[in-house]
Amino acid sequence: MAVFKLRTPISEGDVRKLKLNDIIFLTGTIVTARDAAHKKALEQFNRGKFLPVNLQGLAVFHCGPIVKKEDDKWVVVSAGPTTSRRMEKFEDEFIKAFKVRMIIGKGGMGKKTTDAMKKYGAVYAAVTGGAGVLAAKAIKNVKEVEWLRDLGMAEALWIFEVEEFGPMIVAIDSHGNNLFEELKKKAEENRPKIYEKLSV
Amino acid sequence: MQTEKIIEDTVVKLLQLAAVQLPPDVKAAIKRAYREETNETGKIQLEAIVKNIELAEKANTPICQDTGVIIFYVKVGAQAKGLDKIETALINATRRATKEGSLRPNAVDPFTQKNTGDNTGRFIPYINWEITKGDTVEITAFPKGGGSENVCTLGMLTPSEGVNGLKKFVVDSVIKAGAMPCPPTILGVAVGGGADIVMRLAKAALLRPLDQPNPNPELAQLEKELYEAANSTGIGPMGLGGKFTVLGVKVDYAHRHPASYPVAVAFQCWAARRATARIHPDGEVEYLTHKVR
Repeated sequence: MAVFKLRTPISEGDVRKLKLNDIIFLTGTIVTARDAAHKKALEQFNRGKFLPVNLQGLAVFHCGPIVKKEDDKWVVVSAGPTTSRRMEKFEDEFIKAFKVRMIIGKGGMGKKTTDAMKKYGAVYAAVTGGAGVLAAKAIKNVKEVEWLRDLGMAEALWIFEVEEFGPMIVAIDSHGNNLFEELKKKAEENRPKIYEKLSV
Repeated sequence: MQTEKIIEDTVVKLLQLAAVQLPPDVKAAIKRAYREETNETGKIQLEAIVKNIELAEKANTPICQDTGVIIFYVKVGAQAKGLDKIETALINATRRATKEGSLRPNAVDPFTQKNTGDNTGRFIPYINWEITKGDTVEITAFPKGGGSENVCTLGMLTPSEGVNGLKKFVVDSVIKAGAMPCPPTILGVAVGGGADIVMRLAKAALLRPLDQPNPNPELAQLEKELYEAANSTGIGPMGLGGKFTVLGVKVDYAHRHPASYPVAVAFQCWAARRATARIHPDGEVEYLTHKVR
């Protein structure tokens, strides 16, 4: 496992180098998007409309942050990842449409996303679930927020400037490997041995 | 001061404490897991968790942005005064704690999908009542995160499957949950009663501190076996691999119908938040899980 310090825009070359269990610290721009934002973004794309932010080479963060306004400036209080599985039905199309290079979340994603990451050159980076204060600390500035009125605080597109955001673990690489699926398979393989030890 | 006001103020404090500071037994278990984890990726997760816990306390901000659905466990002494005021005080305290920024609004109407914005709604906050002897009121605030709630399981097993079936069901639930409930988790496991009873017992089992073994030696042994089994899956911290898939297993039971063998597993994420206070008739408030100056 190697440590990579990456900057946005992330190139395809940057992404193809990454392997499972590699550690990433990311500096640059990340954009939050949950279920509603994924849905809306794809609807707009399919109608030929541009998004309020160009996501090419950026990282998308599955996160519904707690953000407060202090002296007319947005301050991020807590910004841990949300469960990525909910975005599985959108993510392959999303990666294809917007050319994002990194999806940040927790809990992992499925085969459709893994295939899209291989095809278009992107990785899934797992960030520690629940560690919302640690994540917020790396967010240096809220550059913009889009769709806030329409989707609300948790679902809006928050555009964050981050510095050494991480540590994130490469859990799906751009070569078709999926750490969560591998571990799940191993757990399945361990199951008979665990049963045996429990004498059941 | 009026009872209602004392309870409300205390519960606002409990909700803040719960959201920001983990109880000492949970902190100790996480630190031990961090020291003992041998998988490098898993250790990185635990290190981030330890750092996050410290940062949250220092900055007085919620440990996790998901401050959960608000659940209370209330033990009321039969001789305590002002019992009719407690429910209102708990609801008002939940509203206040949300308004003051300790809690994210998490109460959504399941039909209109509208968020009430203040963590209250039909049956929410959810209150579990228990009548005890004496004249004190003991309240536990228990904010329960959504990620770990989504993988809780209920199995209506057959009596012939028995304890072996229970053990298998727990192992299967842990493997199926995988990375989803933010491991290392705490498992509340219960057997018996009926579908609703067993689920309730499994969740309430999570209230017992991690450093308190089951008073029943046979159940303590079962807890140990299930702990080792869950930690042999390799799922590890955040499902990224390692030996700490769970921090602890807590078992409870009720007698069962001859034809039924209900088993429940309640998952609790590593951010196992709970805060308890006992309110005495003279208005004195004793905090049982947290140090309060």
